Amino acid sequence: MTTETKYRVIGTRPVRPDGVDKVTGRAIYGADVVLPRMAHGKVLRSPHAHARILSVDTTQAEALAGVLAVICGRDMPAVSGMAAAGEGGDMNMRYASNNVMAHDKALYEGHAVAAVVATSPHIAKEALKLIKVEYEVLPPVIDVRKAMEPNAPILLEDLRTDTGGVKSETASNIAAHLIAEEGDIEKGFADAAVVVEREFTFQTVHQGYIEPHACAAEWRADGQITVWASTQGSFAVRQQCAAILQHPIGQLKVIPTEIGGGFGGKIPVYLEPIAAVLSRKAQRPVRMVMDRTEVLMATGPTPGAYIKVKMGADKNGNITAAQGYLAYEAGAYPDSFIGAGMTCLFAPYNLKNVRIDGFDVVVNKPSSTAYRAPGAPIAEFASETVLDEIAETLGIDRLAIRAQNSAKEGDWRPFGPPYTRIGHQECVAAAQASAHWNTPLVREGKDGKKRGRGVASGYWGNWDGISSCIGRLNPNGTVSLLEGSTDIGGSRASIAMQFAEAFGVTYEQVHPAVVDTDTVDYNDVTGGSRTTFGTGYAVYKLAKKMQGEIVGQLAGLWDVPAESITIDGSSYSSNGHSATITQLAKLFEENGIHINASITAKGSNLSGAFATHIVDVEVDEETGKVDIVRYTAIQDAGTAIHPSYVEGQMQGGVAQGIGWALSEGYVYDSEGHLKNATLLDYRMPTSLDVPPIETIIVEVPNPTHPYGVRGVGEVPIVPPCAAIANAIHDATGLRLRDLPMSPSRVWEALEKQ
Amino acid sequence: MRAIQYAAPRSLGDAVAILQERGNKARILAGGTDLIVQVGEDARDVDVMVDGKHIPELMELSFDPEKGLTLGAAVPCYRIYEHPEIKKHYPGLVDSTSIIGGTGIQGRASVGGNLCNSGPAADSIPTLIAYGATVRIVGANGERTVPVENFCTAPGRNVLAADELLISIHLPAPSAHSGACYLRFIPRNEMDIAVVGAGVSITLDDNGIVTAARVALAAVAPTPLFVPEAGDSLVGKAPTEEAIAAAAEIAKNTARPISDMRGTAEHRKHLVGVLTRRALHRALERARA
Amino acid sequence: MAVQIASGKVAISATINGEPQTWLSEPRETLLEALRDRLGLTGCKEGCSNGNCGACNVVMDGRLVNTCCVLAVEAQESEITTVEGLGTPDGLIPLQKNFLEEAGLQCGVCTPGFLVATKALLDKNPNPTDDEIRWWLAGNLCRCTGYDKILNAIKKTIAETTTE
Repeated sequence: MTTETKYRVIGTRPVRPDGVDKVTGRAIYGADVVLPRMAHGKVLRSPHAHARILSVDTTQAEALAGVLAVICGRDMPAVSGMAAAGEGGDMNMRYASNNVMAHDKALYEGHAVAAVVATSPHIAKEALKLIKVEYEVLPPVIDVRKAMEPNAPILLEDLRTDTGGVKSETASNIAAHLIAEEGDIEKGFADAAVVVEREFTFQTVHQGYIEPHACAAEWRADGQITVWASTQGSFAVRQQCAAILQHPIGQLKVIPTEIGGGFGGKIPVYLEPIAAVLSRKAQRPVRMVMDRTEVLMATGPTPGAYIKVKMGADKNGNITAAQGYLAYEAGAYPDSFIGAGMTCLFAPYNLKNVRIDGFDVVVNKPSSTAYRAPGAPIAEFASETVLDEIAETLGIDRLAIRAQNSAKEGDWRPFGPPYTRIGHQECVAAAQASAHWNTPLVREGKDGKKRGRGVASGYWGNWDGISSCIGRLNPNGTVSLLEGSTDIGGSRASIAMQFAEAFGVTYEQVHPAVVDTDTVDYNDVTGGSRTTFGTGYAVYKLAKKMQGEIVGQLAGLWDVPAESITIDGSSYSSNGHSATITQLAKLFEENGIHINASITAKGSNLSGAFATHIVDVEVDEETGKVDIVRYTAIQDAGTAIHPSYVEGQMQGGVAQGIGWALSEGYVYDSEGHLKNATLLDYRMPTSLDVPPIETIIVEVPNPTHPYGVRGVGEVPIVPPCAAIANAIHDATGLRLRDLPMSPSRVWEALEKQ
Repeated sequence: MRAIQYAAPRSLGDAVAILQERGNKARILAGGTDLIVQVGEDARDVDVMVDGKHIPELMELSFDPEKGLTLGAAVPCYRIYEHPEIKKHYPGLVDSTSIIGGTGIQGRASVGGNLCNSGPAADSIPTLIAYGATVRIVGANGERTVPVENFCTAPGRNVLAADELLISIHLPAPSAHSGACYLRFIPRNEMDIAVVGAGVSITLDDNGIVTAARVALAAVAPTPLFVPEAGDSLVGKAPTEEAIAAAAEIAKNTARPISDMRGTAEHRKHLVGVLTRRALHRALERARA
Repeated sequence: MAVQIASGKVAISATINGEPQTWLSEPRETLLEALRDRLGLTGCKEGCSNGNCGACNVVMDGRLVNTCCVLAVEAQESEITTVEGLGTPDGLIPLQKNFLEEAGLQCGVCTPGFLVATKALLDKNPNPTDDEIRWWLAGNLCRCTGYDKILNAIKKTIAETTTE
């Protein structure tokens, strides 16, 4: 049965509730918040990648007319302990505090060392120039392999390598060494007819959301702090602020604004605690807005990395063993999503003999954070290009080798548990049946350019997490649906649709709103592809709870046993009584009855999302330039709630993947200075760099969700880099193993060919 | 941004008077798409922005089949590439002005500003050199004229004295059987700074023999680079594949690029050859059209 | 000297979305800052501060500009249309309606720039080709959609207009 016929609301494409505000310029994002008596904060940032802060003299800055207060590390409370921060697990709050404002050491260029609040942003910026900071410049470590060397300069003197819970005796830049193992790789490689082992390197890349970080904070005399934040998780902001400010969490309220893109990068706090401290000092509300250079230098991009992958297969193409060595640059503080990278490395395949070693390594770059399927695109770039090479060596069709080795329900995966029902095989099958795959490639492009076709699969897990919602039946039969999940890309629509489906009303009868942390119960971040899954699950339960309340009240009003009341869509009937929700809403109002319910729900999502992509590229061999000429993304969405936004997620992920593959990457000099911290030289794809992206939604329902939803947001960024590399190989014979595959790199490789 | 002052003079004389008084702390504001950003980033030390857009001579855009094209220094790109006579007679200028920034930038940015910003990678300068353009400059001591290839002196620097401003750019009248082209190489398909740019012009006689050719390059030297030897090598010859390749090779060997985050020196040098050859072929097509 | 050199705040008069407005700005303020902070037109977004993202696009005297690269004082006596001047919530222009119906936005922060830029294009050229649309919008970065659905929304608008 197709989605369209099975459901009333799910599978339709309504206009999103927040749409009109967003096309008329009325939506309020972080930088749009205006408060009475508002002042403006700016951050002074370290010009050095690695330096000890010897002294900070703020007197001159404080004396500038219009300056209200100046702070530096000594104005921030001492912090210890951990706080839950969502998808990334627990955060070491001392590190988080030091990242927000350096206390004794600056660990990357752009690291905050002081901040000013003034009556205008211009004055605040001018005042920054008057702060005198004395640094002892230390040698920077900007490459993961150099950072791992025994004699490397140490970033964090207290850091010890954690290997399976055992800490190293001496300080190291390696925060953790993780191992995932299954079967016997020695035997597996011995059984192989072909073994391919390759090395890969990756630059830091940025999420590139168009809205720079922005917030406002007001610290009132009574100790109540209100923070307006553009964030993926208002509760994550509350927890981090409480820990960093050492402030009672009950006296912190976070009001989420509209958010102009996040992709994982708007989970950690950067400005919010600073704005709060500045507000306390200035006794005025303070707004802070980053500029683009600050965003690129000093927020949380994704790790650079060194990866080595070895895979073996028998002569029929069955993978016999796979081994991976992943060293990820966490940036200034630990946690590079190395575990996620390891989980995803070989995830589309059923492997019996595996060993993966993962290293989480600190370097003098900004502290990395999540970026759409964090850790996965680079890991799967390595494995998917190696598998492609194996298929080529054995003369096996590239999709066929992916189909025959595909992981399925019950198969092992790193850090367990085994897969539930997953849809990788179905994605590969859909790729094989696609118009794109079945259209012969014309190898000659414009002006003698060479064309090639590539494929790759990708995996990203789904996180469940906690979601909270409140539903109120209004007297006119509509429902106010209050959500704790911030909405980045249309989740108010997908949540309202699931509620409407479950509650038996129309989409138009549901009025969703994203509310503050005082209004709704705890809610995890919008991340980990979880919102349509987890908050969808919560509103399903909420709808059932509200229906239960209605039935309970009706039993009284109609004087019938509750069990006798049947629900059919929006109609409730029993023993000759029958009424629609709208009629009931009026009836309840007349009788002073209010139907409202709240729910806090934690789904259980052991599933995951798979995708298979096909791409045609055109290579100008004279210049090294690669253009994408056709792209098809196939993805298992479980059930597509709002197909337009599922397609949109797929297309957006592909576009980011195209940038990662071809043009994006941080460029550092040997001193650790970022050379391309603008959108001129940090090159995100424009409308001329991305072709129309065809989408094929596969629906293998997720058994752990009432409507079969799988998270769709992240996996589409996983296959593009590998698929494009495989296509470049098909066009030119080159196997490129370093991202980005820039014209200079492609040309140099062609010269050496 | 630091506090600045703003003036909007209505005449060249008034503008020069401000420049004379305030010296190099005053700067002419044309489109502003470089200057405003640079002052905001403290990359240029400016106290006074002198808006040139109210001075009639700086906004002049006129074409005369006999005298050529006069391009006021503050005329924005879009007025240039949408101008019917420019489209017809100076397609190389259309090539350049339609790739400087996005369309929003082209709504303000001027060729004069591009020239005065004097960036090595400026997209309009090689084209102006290829067209044999000259600039008209006025200062406290009167006017002077300078060929564009002599205008830039170092990255961000040029021959303008502190009391001088650029009035306009003059492109000679188009000759019969002539064509020009500007090509740049960038990693994306728009919005980037040139990794390499090549502006060329070529003029044929009635028999298809090259009578004049000029080649200038972007982003391969501290200033836009005029390579007279490359163009001269074609003069008196039929513009064959081989002759064009030889001219491109000369350009390539003259280029002295550096490696930076936009490209390696080796790749840039190689690209000079490719782009010069491709631009010459395109210019030739236009000359023959 | 004949010419006044302005420092401190300058009174600026301009027609914004059809309404005459007068406000004070310092010479260092960009038009973007003035629109947002002096006039409350926060539909104009700051994404990059140097003309590379298009989120701050408005139409000024009939031409698309990036307001982060224009000084507020340069807007003296100009006519400006921002996203707030395109259509109202109960009177959306077809382009706005089609962005909604075609899901041409996700986070929505680039959307005002895209709408203004596209409106400027269609006012000039009501029937552009795909290539012309993509070239015109190359200065407008969108990080969410991959541009596909934005193009669909624009093409639908063109189809509706040209068949009417």
